[in-house]
Amino acid sequence: MIDALSYGFMQRALLAGVLVGLLCGVLGFFVVLKRLSFIGVGISHSALGGIALGVLLGIEPLFAAAVFSTAIAWAIGWLTRSGRLHEDTAIGILFSASMALGVALISLSKSYQVDLFGYLFGNILAVSPADLWLLSGIAFVVLALVGLLFKELLFIAFDEEVARASGLAVTRLYLLLLTCLALAVIAAIRVVGLVLVEALLVIPAAIGYQLTRGYRSMLLVSVASAVLAALAGLWISYAFDIAAGATIVLVLAAGFFVALAIARPLHRERART
Amino acid sequence: MNQSAQPIILARDLGIDIDGRPVLWNIDLSVQPGSFVGIIGPNGAGKTTLLRVLLGLIPVTHGTVSVFGRPPSDLGGRAREIGYVPQRPNFDPRFPVSVRDVVMMGCSASLGLLRSPRRADWEHVDTLIERVGLAGKHASRIGELSGGEQQRAFLARALCGRTRLLLLDEATTGLDLPAQHELYALLHRLRHEMNLTVLAVSHDLLELSGHADELACINGTTHIHGKPHTVLHSHELREAYRCEFDFLSKEATAEGTRR
Repeated sequence: MIDALSYGFMQRALLAGVLVGLLCGVLGFFVVLKRLSFIGVGISHSALGGIALGVLLGIEPLFAAAVFSTAIAWAIGWLTRSGRLHEDTAIGILFSASMALGVALISLSKSYQVDLFGYLFGNILAVSPADLWLLSGIAFVVLALVGLLFKELLFIAFDEEVARASGLAVTRLYLLLLTCLALAVIAAIRVVGLVLVEALLVIPAAIGYQLTRGYRSMLLVSVASAVLAALAGLWISYAFDIAAGATIVLVLAAGFFVALAIARPLHRERART
Repeated sequence: MNQSAQPIILARDLGIDIDGRPVLWNIDLSVQPGSFVGIIGPNGAGKTTLLRVLLGLIPVTHGTVSVFGRPPSDLGGRAREIGYVPQRPNFDPRFPVSVRDVVMMGCSASLGLLRSPRRADWEHVDTLIERVGLAGKHASRIGELSGGEQQRAFLARALCGRTRLLLLDEATTGLDLPAQHELYALLHRLRHEMNLTVLAVSHDLLELSGHADELACINGTTHIHGKPHTVLHSHELREAYRCEFDFLSKEATAEGTRR
């Protein structure tokens, strides 16, 4: 593994793993507490429509996917907030329609089949310097926004009605959170692919939720789990020649079940004291 | 209570339609500074809708309503002077926030966007926690408190800004009788100490009548607004509830109106 670090592609893969772990660990905190995991699935799968559009129009596919997924996230938010549809129904419709659009557009371009696999299941070893710049930019913007608005977002996650009554611009903040979610999904597509990106948004925060009692420690455990899983997954995938994205997700899943096993006695112990 | 001062809440011929269906109509309500007004009425009478209108969460369809002299949707910074205690919220009991964190949420709007709480803000939160009788529970997870303690924490959250008007929506629902009495006694003390105006919605008219200065009975529209004793014995109350209150014995009334 140490030898491998001398390769540029491996250095970029490690940096991408750390950045995506940081980003998804932080956003996953809100995904789990605000119960946005199905929206996460909807946003990530809708990225396929954006990628296909990008290819067809000759635009950078991840850039097109960022715009497209953000639009889908807003559409889900608008349809739900305006009371026109239940959230799960809105997600079900837009997610499947976007994927169908992606598949239909891809079928028009016969030469596209090979790259598609990378977008669906990730190819962290193929992260280019340009991808890394895009990822760094997204990580900087999203983490800065979440950091600055953390207390408001936490209030909304806990009690949206009272947050609104106290004068917070809840709908705008919610749409901003969905936008950050869409951008994080795009950033993570290179690492684990759009099919598995949900795991990075949900599992690290779920580990934190199991093991901790306070939101600060939950956030810390969430970020640490995501970053460590990215690094460990990358190492295992290199050592055993397994697909990196899937390995990262499997490491996370194993971590979650360990956390679950530890958490029960831990909660019992706390209840006694 | 200062009867000559400008009312904190003033509604005139207020009407609210939701999805084209009238929910409230011809609502007249005046709440003076420093008073404790109870809103009573049967289930589905529109009590919570009225509170949500006052919070600016539902637009007015007809008539006028003002809070601090301005329409609720245009309160701007004055929204921070309203504290709101909702019906016992259905939150995840394992949500990882302490009592301190929950109370600090109430300060979010008055702190302003982008500003993190400072030491003085945390000290203010700690003082409020002690004032509502939760000393020693600062670090407890909110889901681990009893129902009565949780409502005290939510009351402290509602007082965390520059609160002058407190709106309570069925704040005692689900609490046992001693916890209800304790919450109302606390409310009385805080009201005088912090010079608050209180508007509380409850379907428990006997309990509320024992604590409020005035009762307003609504069922779609205002049926009667006056002193608790007058309202409890009025024909309009029976009309609003569409039943006779045989259970309102002299003893119950005396207990209910005891201050």
